[in-house]
Amino acid sequence: MANRSTHLAVIPAYNESATIGRVIERVGRERPDFDVLVVDDGSTDDTGAIAHRAGAEVLRLPFNLGIGGAVQAGFVYALEHDYRCMAQVDADGQHDPAELATLMRAMDEHETDVVCGSRFLSSDMSYPAPISRRTGIHIFAFLLSLFVRQRITDPTSGFRLYGRRGIELFARDYPHDYPEVEAILMLHHHRLRMCEVPVQMFERDGGASSITSGKSAYYMVKVLLALFVGLARRRPVVEAGESAPVFASHGI
Amino acid sequence: MDRIQLVSTAAAVLLLFVVLEMVRRRRLLERYALLWLLAATVVLALAVWRGALVKLAHVVGIVEPPNALFFIALAFILLLLLHFSSALSRLSDQSKVLAQRVALLDTRLRALQAATDGTDEDEPIAVTLGELEQTRS
Ligand SMILES: Nc1nc2c(ncn2[C@@H]2O[C@H](COP(=O)(O)OP(=O)(O)OP(=O)(O)O)[C@@H](O)[C@H]2O)c(=O)[nH]1
Ligand SMILES: [Mg+2]
Repeated sequence: MANRSTHLAVIPAYNESATIGRVIERVGRERPDFDVLVVDDGSTDDTGAIAHRAGAEVLRLPFNLGIGGAVQAGFVYALEHDYRCMAQVDADGQHDPAELATLMRAMDEHETDVVCGSRFLSSDMSYPAPISRRTGIHIFAFLLSLFVRQRITDPTSGFRLYGRRGIELFARDYPHDYPEVEAILMLHHHRLRMCEVPVQMFERDGGASSITSGKSAYYMVKVLLALFVGLARRRPVVEAGESAPVFASHGI
Repeated sequence: MDRIQLVSTAAAVLLLFVVLEMVRRRRLLERYALLWLLAATVVLALAVWRGALVKLAHVVGIVEPPNALFFIALAFILLLLLHFSSALSRLSDQSKVLAQRVALLDTRLRALQAATDGTDEDEPIAVTLGELEQTRS
C-alpha cells in the first residue's frame, strides 16, 4: 500500500475478529485523512484477514507481544513511513473515531506532543469501567498527577494522538506490558508536552476483554513498580554512539 | 578430612568438570559458564582449605563451619538465578525487537509482491507461533 496520508491510525488487536471490521470501517468513514494500520498481535482467530479485507494495512507479529510491543511496532512503522501524526484506537469499538477531531484540535491549540482521551473529563459516562478497575485507574491518576505535576485523570486510556516527537520517542523506547501509565511518566521525563481531552468510551462492541481479574492484579502491581522505579530512572533515549539498550553479548 | 568436607569437595569437582565439559561441547556459552566456574572454584577452595572456612564462619558469626559452606553455596545460587532473570529480560527485549522487525519486513514484502505481480492476496504467515502452541496443546 502506498503512503497516502501524513496521519496514521494504529489499531492494536488481539483476537478481535468480532469487532475489528467495524472499527476499521468507522475510522475510514469518520477520518478518511488517516491511513489505518492494524497490528495483529499473534491472533489465533482471523483478525488479520478481516482487517486486510477491510482495507487496512496489517502488521502481523509472529507471536503475541502484548499491547506494549504491538503499539511500539506501530510507532516504528509510523517513524519509518514518515507519518507526522499517529493515533491509537482500540480494536474493540470503545472509542469513537469521530472524536479524533477533538484530539487533533487540542494538539494544535495547546501545541502538545501527545493528547490523551479521558473518559473521566467527559460528562457522559457510557462506560465508566468496573469499580475495581476504576479504583486502580484513580490511584494511578493520583500518583501520576503528583509525579508529573499536571492533572491526569485517565492514565490507562488507549485513545491517544501522538505528534512526531512522541512517535520518535516511543519507537525507540516503549514499556513492555500495560504501557499507557508508564508512557505518561516517560513523556514527562523527556520533556514532551501532553494534555487530556474529554472523550466518550463505550462498552466493548463484542468479543471479550483481555483484562481478567487475575491480570488486573498483576497490572496494578506491575504498573506501580514501574512508576516508582521509573521515577528513579529517567530512561533516557539512547543517543547515537552510546551503547545500545539491547545487545546480544553481555558478561557476567 | 571429615565426611562433609569430602562430599563438598567431590561435589565441587564434579560441578567444575560438568561445566567445563559443557563448554567444550558448546552446550554452554563461556559467558554463562564464568559465574558457574567461579561458584565451583570458591566452594572447592573452601571445602579443601578448612582454615579459610573456619575463619570465614567466625567472621560472619556462623558456629558450624560447614554451615558457612552452605551459606556461600546458597549465595551463589541466588546470584546465578538473578543472573538468569537478567539474561531472560534481555532475551525478551531482543525477541520483541525481532518480532517487530519481522512484521515490518513482512508487510514491506507483501507490498512489493503486490506491486510487482498485481495480486493482493492475503496469505497469512505460514505458521504462527500461536498456531504452533495450539497444535501442541
Ligand atoms: N496488541 C495487543 N493488543 C491487545 C492485547 N490484549 C488486548 N489488546 C488490545 O488492546 C485494546 C484494549 O484491550 P481490552 O481488552 O479492551 O482492554 P481495556 O479496553 O483496557 O479493558 P475493557 O474496559 O475491559 O475493554 C484492544 O484493542 C485489544 O485488542 C495484546 O495482547 N496485544
Ligand atoms: Mg477495551
